[in-house]
Amino acid sequence: MPDQPMVSQLDRRRFLKVGAAFGGGLLINLALPLALPPAWAAAASSPTFAPNAFIRIDRQGGVTLVMPMVEMGQGIYTAMAMLLAEELEVGLDQVRLEHAPPNDALYANSILHIQTTGLSASVRAFWTPLRQAGAVGRTLLIEAAARQWGIDPGTCRAEHGAVLHAASSRRLGYGELAVAAAALPVPARDSVTLKQLKDFTLIGTPAKRLDAPDKVDGRAKFGIDTRLPGMKIAAIAISPVFDGKPISVNEAAALAVKGVHQVVRIDEAVAVVADHMWAARKGLKAAAVQWDDGPNAKVDSAGIIRQLEEASKQPGVVARNEGDAATALAGAAQQIDAVYQLPFLAHAAMEPMNCTVHARKDGCDIWVGTQAPTLTQAMVAETTGLPKEAVKIHNHLLGGGFGRRLDADGTVLAVKIARQVNGPVKIVWSREEDIQHDMYRPYYYDRLSAGLDTNGKPVAWTHRISGSSIFARYVPALFKNGLDPDAVEAAAEPPYAFPNIHVDYVRAEPPGIPTAFWRGVGATHNVFVVESFMDELAHAAKRDPIAYRKALMANPRALGVLTLAAQKSGWGAPLPARRGRGVSVQFAFGSYLSQVAEVEVAADGSIKVHRIVCAVDCGIVVNPDTIAAQIEGGTLFGLTAALYGAITLKNGRVEQGNFNDYRPMRINESPVIETHLVKSAESPGGIGEAPTAAVTPAVTNAIFATTGIRIRTLPIDVSLLKSSA
Amino acid sequence: MAFTINVNGTTHSADVDADTPLLWVLRDVLGMSGTKFGCGIALCGACTVHVDGVPARSCVTPIGGIGDKAITTIEAVGKTPQGKALQQAWLDVEVVQCGYCQSGQIMSAAALLTATPRPSDADIDAAMSGNVCRCGTYQRIRAAIHRAAGREGTDHA
Repeated sequence: MPDQPMVSQLDRRRFLKVGAAFGGGLLINLALPLALPPAWAAAASSPTFAPNAFIRIDRQGGVTLVMPMVEMGQGIYTAMAMLLAEELEVGLDQVRLEHAPPNDALYANSILHIQTTGLSASVRAFWTPLRQAGAVGRTLLIEAAARQWGIDPGTCRAEHGAVLHAASSRRLGYGELAVAAAALPVPARDSVTLKQLKDFTLIGTPAKRLDAPDKVDGRAKFGIDTRLPGMKIAAIAISPVFDGKPISVNEAAALAVKGVHQVVRIDEAVAVVADHMWAARKGLKAAAVQWDDGPNAKVDSAGIIRQLEEASKQPGVVARNEGDAATALAGAAQQIDAVYQLPFLAHAAMEPMNCTVHARKDGCDIWVGTQAPTLTQAMVAETTGLPKEAVKIHNHLLGGGFGRRLDADGTVLAVKIARQVNGPVKIVWSREEDIQHDMYRPYYYDRLSAGLDTNGKPVAWTHRISGSSIFARYVPALFKNGLDPDAVEAAAEPPYAFPNIHVDYVRAEPPGIPTAFWRGVGATHNVFVVESFMDELAHAAKRDPIAYRKALMANPRALGVLTLAAQKSGWGAPLPARRGRGVSVQFAFGSYLSQVAEVEVAADGSIKVHRIVCAVDCGIVVNPDTIAAQIEGGTLFGLTAALYGAITLKNGRVEQGNFNDYRPMRINESPVIETHLVKSAESPGGIGEAPTAAVTPAVTNAIFATTGIRIRTLPIDVSLLKSSA
Repeated sequence: MAFTINVNGTTHSADVDADTPLLWVLRDVLGMSGTKFGCGIALCGACTVHVDGVPARSCVTPIGGIGDKAITTIEAVGKTPQGKALQQAWLDVEVVQCGYCQSGQIMSAAALLTATPRPSDADIDAAMSGNVCRCGTYQRIRAAIHRAAGREGTDHA
C-alpha cells in the first residue's frame, strides 16, 4: 500500500512501525509477510518464534512487540515495550512495535474486559501479563540454547537479545535460536519465574519514548494521514441539532465546484466527496444544506440546568450509606450546605475526528485512530451486516484521545457515507463539526450537606449527584439498579473517615446532547466537589486545610502524598500579595495524588496560576519520565477546563465551534508544574487521568485562600472575583 | 488553474483553485502529511510552515499568493541548523505526547530561533502562544527551545 508507513529504515536504531497497515490480518497469520519491510521479507517466510500474541522474533533477530493498547500520547507504547523487554531480555533499541489487530480474546484489558484503552488502566492491567509474556519468551530461548549446547538451562542467562553461557563464553543471538525455540512446548504463563523488583534494569528507568523520533519530523502517521490509491476526500455537515435531518441539498451547485465528485446524503448528515478537502468544503458550502431541526430544536442550557436541579431534589439510588447521616446532620452544632455544578465539556483533541473507509460488498476496511478497536469493529459489522471478520480495522496513532475515541460514532457515520461511494473515501470533520458533534462530558448538579460538631469535626456528610449516566449507554451491564459507578466514583469513597455518610445518584438524561467519557471520568467531577467541600468544612472549623484533612485520614499512602505536597510547596510560608495556596488529595485510578496550587488573583478578577506541586504515589513506577509528563499534561487538561471549558446549548445547537470560543490553555498561561514521586513497591496505579481530577480543587481552593470567594460552579467565573480588588 | 510551488527545494505543480489553502495542497494533493490540520482558521498553529523563512499558518495561506516563494515544511526543517537542534532538543527533553501538534510547534520554534537565537521566556511566549497543545507539553516545549538555543533552564521556575 502506498500509505504503508515508512516501516522505519533499517539503519534507524528504533523500529517503530506506526500505521498498522495490515490490521486485522495479524492474528490469523502471525508471519504475514506484508507486515515486514522488504529487507525482512525473506525472513518472514521462514519459521518465526511467536510464543504468544505479543512477541515475534525472526531469524535475523528482529524483535516485534505487539501493542494491545493504543498510543494517544500517554506513553503506553514505551511502557508496554518496557514490560515485555524487561523479561524477554532485549533492549528497547532492538524492538519494533506494531499496533495489535482487534481481538478481545488475545488483547483485552483485564480491568475493562475489552481491548479498550481507557480509565488509566493499561499499565495496571498489563503489568503482570506482559512481563509473563516476556518471561515465557526468554525461558524458551534459554531452553533452546541449552539444548543446543547440551547443558543445564539453569547455567545460562539471557541479556540484550542473546543467551549466554558464561563458563564456556558461548553466546547465541535470539535470531539464531528462533527456529529451535519455536519448536518447544510453550509453558503456561503463570509457570514462569518473573524477575524481582531489585533485578529490573529497564522498569523504573527514564526510558526514551519509542514513538518520539517519528513525531518530530512529520513521519508519524495518524488516522487523518491515511492515503490510499484512488482515495477521495469528503467534508461533512452533520445536523446542527441532534436528531435533526437534512431537508434540502443543492446537489447541482455542489457538483459544479471543481474537484467535486459526489454528494452523499444520509439520515443525519450530508457529505461532499472530492479530490481534496478544499474542493469538498467549497462543495459543501455550495450545497447550502437546509435542516429539519427535529424534536430537540428548542433545547437550551438553562432548561437542562433546571431539569437537573429538579432531579436533584428527589432521592437517588444509594451508592453508600453508613450510620444515620440525616439524624447526625439534624443534631450537628453547625450545618454547611452547598450546590456544585460542572458543565458539559468537549474533548477537542488536536486531531479532528476523521475516518477512512473502503466499503465493498464483501468487506469493509477502516483506517482510523481508535481507543476501542473491537467495539468499532462490532459496530461497523452491525451497521453493514457484514461478519466481524470482514471488517478490518487498521488502527493508528491517535492525535489525542481523552475519551473521545472510545466512541465509534464517527466511524459508523463514515461507513454510512462510504457505502454510497465507489472506492476508498477519507471523511475529515472540520474543527467546528468536531466540537459541535462531540459526545460530551455530562453536566453534573451536586448537592452536599455536612454537619460539624462543636470541635469542627464532621459528624455527617451527604452528597447527591445528578446527571447523565455514561455507563447506562456504554456499558449497560455495569449499570445496575440505576447506579452509575462512574458518576459516583471518588464520591462514595472519599479518603476521609465520616461516621455518618450518605451518597446517592439521580440519573437525569438531558435531551438532545449525547454524553461520554472525558479524561479523568468520574474522578474529575467528584474530586472537585469533594475536595472543595472539604475546604469549606476546614474553613467553617477554622482549621488549616491540610491539618483538617490529615486529622480525618488514616491511609498512610494518602497521608504520605499530602505531607510531601505540603513540604515541597512550602505550605504555610508567606506569599506575595494577592496570592494563595490551595490543596487537594485523592485516591483514584489506583494512585494517590496530592496537589498544591499557587494562584494569583488580580484586581480585575483575572487569574494567574503560577505553580503546581504534585506528589504522587502510583506504586511501582515503570517509566518515571512518563509519570512526570502525564502529571504535567493531565494537570493542564484539567486546568484548561477549570478556567475556560464550557459547552452550552441554544436552540438545540452547541454554541461553541473552535479554539476561540472553546479555549485551550496556551504556553503563556501555563504554570510551572513539579512532580514528586513517592518510592513504592505496591502494584502500579494509573496516572494519565489522575492529575486532571486533582488540579481543579487545588486551584479553586487557592482562589478561596486569597479572595475568600468560593468557586462552586465551573468554569471559574472571573467576574465573581472582581470584588477582591 | 495549475500552480507551481517550491516545497522543500522541489518544484511541484497543483491544479487547484487559487483560493485553495496551502495546507490542503500539501496534504491532499502532494501527499505530504507532516503538516497537520487542527482548526482551519489560524487559531492553533498545527499547520505552521515557513514561507521564505517566515512562519505561516498554511490553513489560511492561499496557494494563489505564494508565487515563487520557498516553502519549508516539517519534513525538511531538520536540514536547517535551527530545525535540527530543535528536533534533537525535543527528543532530549521528551517533549512529545500524542505528537499531533508537534510539527507546528517545531516550525514555530525554528522561525523563532532563526529570528532570535537566544530567546527569553517572553520571546517564547510571544512566538509560541499561537500553537495549541492539548496534551499540555508547554513546559517541555519551553525547556527544549532553551536547550536548542544552547541555554538550559528558563527565566522563571
